[in-house]
Amino acid sequence: MKPVSKIKRLHAQMTAGELSCRELTQRYIDAIGRENGELNAYVLQTAQTALDTADAVDAKLRAGQPISMLEGIPMTLKDNISTDGIATTCCSKILQGYTPIYDATVWQTLKHENAVLLGKTNMDEFAMGSSCETSFYGAAGNPHHPDHVPGGSSGGVAAAVAANIAVYGLGSDTGGSIRQPASFCGVVGLKPTYGAVSRYGLIAYASSLDQIGPITASVEDAALVFDAISGKDEMDSTCTGARETTADQLTGEIRGLKIGVAKEYFDGIRQPTVKDALQKALQHFQSLGAQIVPFDLPILKYALPVYYILACAEASSNLGRYDGIRYGYRTAHYNGTHDMICKTRSEGFGAEVQRRILLGTYVLSSGYYDAYYKKAQNLRGTIVGAFHNAFTGCDVILAPTVPMTAFEKGFTAQDAVETYLTDICTVPVNIAGLPAVSIPCGADENGLPIGMQLIGNSFCEAVILNAAYSYEQTADAFIACDRGVR
Amino acid sequence: MREYELVAGLETHVELSTKTKIFCGCTTAFGSEPNTHCCPICIGLPGTMPKLNRQAVRYAIMAGLATNCEINPIAKMDRKNYVYPDLPKAYQISQYDRPLCSNGYIQLQNGRKIRILRIHIEEDAGKLVHERGDTYVDYNRGGVPLIEIVTEPDIRSIDEAIEYVEKLQLIMRYIGVSDVKMQEGSLRCDVNISVRPKGAEQLGIRAEIKNMNSFAFMQKAMQYEFERQTDLLESGEQVVQETRRYNTDTGETEPMRGKEDAHDYRYFREPDLVTIETAPQEVEQIKAALPELPDAKFARYTEAYGLSETDANILIKYRRVAEFFDAAAKLVQTPKTVSNLIITQIFRRLSTEEQKEAFEIVVTPQTLAELIALRESGKINNNLLKSTLEQMLDTGKPVAALIDEKDLGGVDEATLREICRQVVAENPAAVQDYRGGKEAAFKALIGGVMKATRGKANALQATEILKSLL
Repeated sequence: MKPVSKIKRLHAQMTAGELSCRELTQRYIDAIGRENGELNAYVLQTAQTALDTADAVDAKLRAGQPISMLEGIPMTLKDNISTDGIATTCCSKILQGYTPIYDATVWQTLKHENAVLLGKTNMDEFAMGSSCETSFYGAAGNPHHPDHVPGGSSGGVAAAVAANIAVYGLGSDTGGSIRQPASFCGVVGLKPTYGAVSRYGLIAYASSLDQIGPITASVEDAALVFDAISGKDEMDSTCTGARETTADQLTGEIRGLKIGVAKEYFDGIRQPTVKDALQKALQHFQSLGAQIVPFDLPILKYALPVYYILACAEASSNLGRYDGIRYGYRTAHYNGTHDMICKTRSEGFGAEVQRRILLGTYVLSSGYYDAYYKKAQNLRGTIVGAFHNAFTGCDVILAPTVPMTAFEKGFTAQDAVETYLTDICTVPVNIAGLPAVSIPCGADENGLPIGMQLIGNSFCEAVILNAAYSYEQTADAFIACDRGVR
Repeated sequence: MREYELVAGLETHVELSTKTKIFCGCTTAFGSEPNTHCCPICIGLPGTMPKLNRQAVRYAIMAGLATNCEINPIAKMDRKNYVYPDLPKAYQISQYDRPLCSNGYIQLQNGRKIRILRIHIEEDAGKLVHERGDTYVDYNRGGVPLIEIVTEPDIRSIDEAIEYVEKLQLIMRYIGVSDVKMQEGSLRCDVNISVRPKGAEQLGIRAEIKNMNSFAFMQKAMQYEFERQTDLLESGEQVVQETRRYNTDTGETEPMRGKEDAHDYRYFREPDLVTIETAPQEVEQIKAALPELPDAKFARYTEAYGLSETDANILIKYRRVAEFFDAAAKLVQTPKTVSNLIITQIFRRLSTEEQKEAFEIVVTPQTLAELIALRESGKINNNLLKSTLEQMLDTGKPVAALIDEKDLGGVDEATLREICRQVVAENPAAVQDYRGGKEAAFKALIGGVMKATRGKANALQATEILKSLL
């Protein structure tokens, strides 16, 4: 199957008068009604808001006014992206009853373009997890095989896009949370360079690693959405914006492109079919005129511990504010402020979140700081340097997104550390602040999608997206999913 | 009993008087309805991020330069993590190992320099309000910019500690970065205090007394703590390193929390903010724009203007007074006259410290200088100078409206003789007393002449004429 840009197609249909935005929106609302019971992708549906926006777009169309590319396109947001007046809970009990009074910058931008918000999608609680099973609202299902997980933490967005109950969605990626579910669900997921997209309004998990990005059905859609949401933001001091637009640079021409391949990325692959798919993809790239450049990345073995130390340290601080005093869940019975805070947090946070808060508090505490946090910070610098060095010899790095395909529901609950290990291929990019896109490259013996990621140098989104585009348009490796809007 | 020496170091928090908070656009105004100066950022709503107010950085650099600090070209913000309901993010954004300013000092009158280890910027917390048997939180103050000024343990007496804080207060007022009001909490002091036998090299174990909010309490708390620690050492016991508070009811310091409750702040770099870079040119610009500081003024007043140290100190103690003095002194030949008139005559009308600080008077430096110029040219005498100044202070009228041309000419001898005759005629009792040998009665007669001439008569001449008449 050769994917095409759904956004461009729908935009063309609407501007040509073949399809009203209300009709389009209603189709998606109906499809959510059919699919969500099984998939649990949406945790909150905003049908009325969606239809109101659709009517506004139709009014413009009727008046003969031009509409922008994303205008009127039905989409979704991960439940950790703040939406003024619409509940945003990070799928946690502790944020039950909390409704933001301001918009995240990315949503402000899209809302301004009349993006049609269908609802908020499921995720691992506070974006901590790789299966969408730690959600307070229950696990989401993989549209290709509902007994399997859609991945996480942005599993709801990936499932919604794969099942075509949203044209696209925004997720967040701290250690792979966009790319891993995109890989599991057979869709495209772009984790932009740290600082390309504003984080303002994204409820923080680990601030130095978090980044918002698109999950879409095609590479071109990812480029269009990325171009719309990237940009400098006064509200986020760490956001400098993208260096260039990407959608207009998708030529599909990659002759002479140097693709770096580090053995260490492939060592941990757990399924032969995944290894085969990656090998075939490499051959395909060669057939398109790319050059394969092998290199060593021994530092990769430190990426996981570095990631879990830094992410948990920052999380322990970021999640300190949920105390039941100002908003969200508060325990029913307590004796004094201290007791109230303790009980609220013990009851409000799930087990995985509590585990990471404890871990993070531990690695930052005096006496252990030097052995863990400081060491991890130093290693982070080394990892950044290793990637920097790697890009002197290649333009993109090709790696598996996950060493396996979507696991069965329940796998995560058995062994937390075993699950952490599956993040090995995605976390290095976050540590180094680099952009990476995950695209489908075939399926395993059960028909579950396999993903590969193309990693770029800082602010080189255009390079990785074009490489992904060239593959997507020629390799016929996308796995169709017969669900949702047809 | 051996003699003991007090050793102290101070951590002073000063609220910066920027218009807006350190990480958002909310006003820093004091004393409004609770939770009206708040926004998603300063109440730490999920997903919000801080945005550094560059004016707060600028003010902190001014404070650093005014206290002889080095300004670090690269500084960073860190998170200080602790849980308390008045801290909405459960961390305070502060500076840990890369403060904005370091290695400064403040010099005391006795010539000793109190070294300043560092000055860093941070955000203030909100306030707990206990009412109707319940506790509420007011976040208006949350996010107001603070600087914390940390000294080395260089202070050797309670007087030095107080002088240091007063001097710091004065410097901050001069550069206009804070109103430094202890009672409103815009200046708060923590005192680290230890005791050692006089002559000993090694420092004793210290206790920290938190939140001194007046000089009187600071004096009492330090005195109590000095005696407490001395008694412990004398009886062979150890001082425990701990945080204490001063109980204003008992007049004693008491432990705030045990060692097991000691905070572990888990400092780490604030990932939501970028490095604070300050170019040397920016530091130079700020330095060039600083007003003259108290030490420089003191030197100028005593050396160039020849004022006494006491008078110079009185003038520099109040920024507006010093500014007024400077403006007027420039326009006259005898700056000492300006100083005398301010300290004796004008200050009589300003009884409280606040009034002196505000220095709200209707006379301008220009009109005062005009008046003094008349005295300097001999056109009026001291009496007329003083009485005219009183009228000016009462009415705000210019000199010209109060002294007309004929006043300036003085009183000719014929007129004066006539006035003296009248005064003698109208005061028979005083005349009789004087003739009876009461010298004091003469003063009443001279007073009468002065009153009739509105002070412009030459007293010597009047005395001669009166005596000839009597």
